[in-house]
Amino acid sequence: MAPHGTASEALRAGVAVRRPGGASLTQEAWRRFRRHRLAMFGTIVLGVMLGAVLLGPFVYTVPINEIDFKAKLKAPARAHPLGTDDLGQDLLARMLYGGRISMAVGVTAMLIAVCIGTLMGAVSGYVGGAVDTALMRITDLFLSLPNLPLLLLIVYLFRDALKKMVGPEAGVFLMIVAVIGGLRWMPVARLVRAQFLSLREKEFVEAARGLGAAPLRQVARHILPNAVGPIIVAGSLDVATAIIAESSLSFLGLGFPPDIPTWGRILFDAKDNLDFAPHWAIFPGTAIFLTVLSINYIGDGLRDALDPRKVLG
Amino acid sequence: MLVSIPSLVGISLVLFTVLALAPGDPFDELATNPNVPPEVRLHLRHQFGLDDPVAVRYVRWLGSMLKGDWGFSFVSRINVDTLILQRLPTTLFVLGMAQLLGICVALPVGVYSAVRPYSWFDQIATTFAFVGFSLPTFFTGLLFILFFSIYLDWLPFIYRSNIDATGLRWVWENLKQGVMPIAVLGLFQGASLTRFTRSAVLDVVRLDYINTARAKGLSEGITIVKHVVRNALIPVVTLVGLQIPTIFTGALITEQIFRVPGIGSLLISSILSNDTPVVMAITFVFSALVVLFNLVADVVYGWLDPRISYR
Repeated sequence: MAPHGTASEALRAGVAVRRPGGASLTQEAWRRFRRHRLAMFGTIVLGVMLGAVLLGPFVYTVPINEIDFKAKLKAPARAHPLGTDDLGQDLLARMLYGGRISMAVGVTAMLIAVCIGTLMGAVSGYVGGAVDTALMRITDLFLSLPNLPLLLLIVYLFRDALKKMVGPEAGVFLMIVAVIGGLRWMPVARLVRAQFLSLREKEFVEAARGLGAAPLRQVARHILPNAVGPIIVAGSLDVATAIIAESSLSFLGLGFPPDIPTWGRILFDAKDNLDFAPHWAIFPGTAIFLTVLSINYIGDGLRDALDPRKVLG
Repeated sequence: MLVSIPSLVGISLVLFTVLALAPGDPFDELATNPNVPPEVRLHLRHQFGLDDPVAVRYVRWLGSMLKGDWGFSFVSRINVDTLILQRLPTTLFVLGMAQLLGICVALPVGVYSAVRPYSWFDQIATTFAFVGFSLPTFFTGLLFILFFSIYLDWLPFIYRSNIDATGLRWVWENLKQGVMPIAVLGLFQGASLTRFTRSAVLDVVRLDYINTARAKGLSEGITIVKHVVRNALIPVVTLVGLQIPTIFTGALITEQIFRVPGIGSLLISSILSNDTPVVMAITFVFSALVVLFNLVADVVYGWLDPRISYR
């Protein structure tokens, strides 16, 4: 699990404390995470989906754009395990390919949101004063922006220019990822700021300051590693919201072009054929739902696992 | 009232920046037209104020936005404000009913689960809430259509604004076509609201003054409603205020699925037909609505928590 990997690394870097029982904080967190049954269920489901999306196209080598009008709108059968769409294209192949894009969008947008959020929150919480007030005003402003309408407006205004600059696929990907990430950093910024405000007054940071640690070192070595738990939780939930945002955009027909079948895009194409080809909509919809549900459960489990105040027997 | 002005100005600044940074020039077409000499084009640019400093352009733009002078739709050939005013009531009706449904489901369920935590009711409710907010509205919408319109054939899945019936029949038809969009949106809102309510009530219900209320002999119902819920609602209202922008996301999508003729579907069709004045105006209306509803949340907040005063 990727988020957990970063969690353990950060925890190891920051606090290599050994517990009396012999378990490190990482092991302790993992033990708590495992006790959260639904989070484990989410991890397994997400792992299967990720594996299918990453390795599936190598195993299942049906092309995603082979048009076959004889086999159009077929329900699931042996030749096409998830059926076909109105051009007779194989849905399983398309979903495996599109899933890569959807997940890549989710992870990249999350990384952008977490980076901006951490930077804003860290500066705001560490510097304080007028800078803090100004940055928090900006955060509040971004929080009250109507997300999807603004996303649509930006896509509408910048799509053609970006397509010309970096090509249709990369252009749309970059824009969607940047805009989703750029509109989702506010909760992270608030969390990080709150953590920084309390951590910078703690004795161990004061000690570091007294030993002459430069501000950057105080932040990177002493404060940030201790604030990493909430960031990981917020980041994992952000992957889910980013996936939903991308799917919504594609579902409205304004995301990726039709030759890049992300899950939302497949749903968009399927929605007018619901009465005679329900499978076409149900499979990608379920894929989105299962991914989002698993990520949300994992986030819930991480929240419990990374809260050091919580002591389990 | 004055608190909302800075946020409206801030939002308008963001919108204007996006618009000003956008590539493309309204006079581009003239540049490629050999019949129009470059001097004429430059003169036109100057005449329409495109060469003015950014600040001047912003103030002029904001002024006309606030006056409701939103320009002329390229596609529908009528003024943008008339077009939006035609569509706005439908959106507000669906949104309002959905929010009402969400609150009506979420408050009792959330309070009851928190009063009996870890009971079977609580476990079912929590699971449903979790599943509910992980289900994207576009998928629930399609599932509803599949089940209620296609499989059971109970409800129409296309929303009509002009129903040729009167009296009770009109009300009935409107309800019938509104049920699915309202339910999809309301249940999605309700799911996250249930979680907020549950955790807020859980925080309050263990406090000492609740024990005091019980000890002085108040009935359980009065204790819960007057002492627990009123205080637990304070953080819930804040969260509802923060959630308002996401309602519009859901509204856009449900309007698109069920073809509700509101401003959300107007936004999508305007984007698809490159109708820039309408796109700008609708984004502005959405922003203004967000600010307005935040203001309502603030007022409710003040009513719930007498310690807060706005003077």
